Amino acid sequence: MTSVFHPSYRNEKRLIIVLFLIAPLVLLFTFSYLPIFNMFSYSFTKWDGLGEKTFIGLQNFADLFTREENYKVFKVSLYYFAGSFIQLGLALYFATILSFEVKGKSFFKGALFFPNLINGVAVGFIFLYFFRDTGTLNTLLRLMGLGSLAQLWLTNPDLINYSLTGVSIWRYMGFNMVLFLGAIQSISAEIFEASELDGAGRWQQFKYIIFPSIRPIVELNVILSVSGSLSVFETPYIMTGGSNGSMTFVIKTVELAFTYNKFGLASAMAIVLTIFILVLSGLQKLLFKERA
Amino acid sequence: MKRKILLTSLVALVLLVGGLSAQDKNLSGTITVLTHHTDMVDNLFQDYIKAFNAKYPNVKVELEGITDYATTARTRMNTDDYGDVLMMIANPPIPADFAKFYEPLGQKATLEKTYKFLTPSSFNGVTYGISPNANVAGGILYNKQVFKDAGIKNPPKTIDEFYADLKAIKTKFPDVAPLYMNYPSKWTLNAWEGNILTVAGDPDYLNKLAHMDDPFSPGKPLYTLYKVMYDVVKNKLCENDPLTSDWELSKQMLADGKIGCMVLGSWAISQVRALAKDPENIGYMPFPYSIKGKIYAQVAPDYQEAINVHSKNKAAAKAWVDYMLDDSNFAVTTLSIPTKVGAKFPSVLDAFTNLGVIYIEAKDPPKAEEGLTDKIDKEAEIGLWNEPWKQRIVEAALGSSKETYDDIMKDLNAHWAKARASVGAK
Repeated sequence: MTSVFHPSYRNEKRLIIVLFLIAPLVLLFTFSYLPIFNMFSYSFTKWDGLGEKTFIGLQNFADLFTREENYKVFKVSLYYFAGSFIQLGLALYFATILSFEVKGKSFFKGALFFPNLINGVAVGFIFLYFFRDTGTLNTLLRLMGLGSLAQLWLTNPDLINYSLTGVSIWRYMGFNMVLFLGAIQSISAEIFEASELDGAGRWQQFKYIIFPSIRPIVELNVILSVSGSLSVFETPYIMTGGSNGSMTFVIKTVELAFTYNKFGLASAMAIVLTIFILVLSGLQKLLFKERA
Repeated sequence: MKRKILLTSLVALVLLVGGLSAQDKNLSGTITVLTHHTDMVDNLFQDYIKAFNAKYPNVKVELEGITDYATTARTRMNTDDYGDVLMMIANPPIPADFAKFYEPLGQKATLEKTYKFLTPSSFNGVTYGISPNANVAGGILYNKQVFKDAGIKNPPKTIDEFYADLKAIKTKFPDVAPLYMNYPSKWTLNAWEGNILTVAGDPDYLNKLAHMDDPFSPGKPLYTLYKVMYDVVKNKLCENDPLTSDWELSKQMLADGKIGCMVLGSWAISQVRALAKDPENIGYMPFPYSIKGKIYAQVAPDYQEAINVHSKNKAAAKAWVDYMLDDSNFAVTTLSIPTKVGAKFPSVLDAFTNLGVIYIEAKDPPKAEEGLTDKIDKEAEIGLWNEPWKQRIVEAALGSSKETYDDIMKDLNAHWAKARASVGAK
């Protein structure tokens, strides 16, 4: 009794699932997988973007490992890497306090998450004004009588990466916090009540109840933060264009591609970064699994 | 009978005369024009469209102003869809590939009789793009009042005089930046390259670069030119916080006397004058370098008008290009140098004339070497018109890196020599 025009219930269900999935899958393929596949093929060529593509095998990759600048940019990533742990620590801290009864809970949640909603370019401009010699930070310090602490936050090469990492933490901490909040709120309230009856303090509640329950989310956030710190782009690019010692791996890739029109080499850089992140994520998953 | 013939011939005459001066209704279609003049799309270009339609009423012109022009255009040129008329970009595409992207506009030898500056947009005797305007490639835009108040009577003729002048401004006005670097904007650093022929004094210099292994050595023009950039920053003759400068603000600051001068092409004159209370207070002087008593200034074309080789409406596109080149008076309106042979230079450059400045244009390379210098340049990852190595110079001068100016120049020489070897240049 079933036919193409009168499918059975099961088939109808399947059909609906497939139809609904087609749209995102087509988009995923067109805008993610196809470009990555193309980029993979470009990484074996020498190409200026418009002319002929010349096949040169693994030469781009060999070239990458002999370039001194690449080691410099990895050093810059370390600042963001360290910053990401501060970011996660803060996120966990705020998520924990805000999951208990605190006055103005909703306001704080909103205020802490708000930076994540602002467009990256706007954030860049806000902080460019903030870090100017005559900008917000220095002016505030001088008003408070701490004028001696006023610095050239971006022009001083020893400070520039700290300043930019700070901007990054400001921007993304809210996102991590919200993820943690959601996970904490899924813990049953009865457990908390029981622990309070037993006389557990806040720190004990965190260590023995909260942290174990949200392990998967912590793991997710660590992976996101680590891969995020390796592929930092937006904040330093908008604010300093990667100059004065703030150049990151992705900014270097973009520079090679669009300033020097070396698309083959830039593609090779992107592939190397992808592989590196995949390897790191894989390692982290292994590490977390062992503990459990 | 006689009357009939008279009447008919009268009518025919009227129609003929009317047709000669009237519109060309035959040309029709829609053309898309890509332009980098995003600030003129809504005003000046609308006037041009009106005037163009008076002659070609059936052609619809759609403008597309593109902000990051070169990169966006290059990406679009990987498809067939890059407008009907566009501003020509090169390197990439290399001159040998011009025919793949642009419609030939004619033989260079013929067009040269009417238009100048055809070399960068031609290959093998065929021209693919013509620019409606040219500019003095490099010079110094300055605030006359600031210089006068600091006690500077005449424009500096040597680099040492220039340093002395900047110091005088710094001493007299501690809050004024004598020379504003505009380091974050990057292209503002590239503007310095416009002075290279002034320092070289040789129209053929850019071609000679392809044949030397050490163009950045002491005593050579590139070394001399960028040493000024280094020294200005090292001696704190620029703004206090170079990393947070802002181009848009700096125009107003120059107009208001909070900046002494900036190194820019002549196209910037009208932009800053528009912001000044007294436009005549904004002056333009050549880079302070003279060779045997003579000062040279390079004149270079702005982006060229070109036609997409895949355009479906080439006739209409050509009509627009011809309008921009011949009838729009674009160069005069924007105070730039017209590209027609024999045209007069704008009055904003009178100061140059008074100083006896000799205008030079970059000479054509020999046929076999078309695009060679650019090729070596890109291969070396230096980019004479790109900013990374100039940022490196500023950072060294600021003390952000441990390099000295000579370290950087030696490194650039090494890259250049390696690139020359790799492209097989002799």
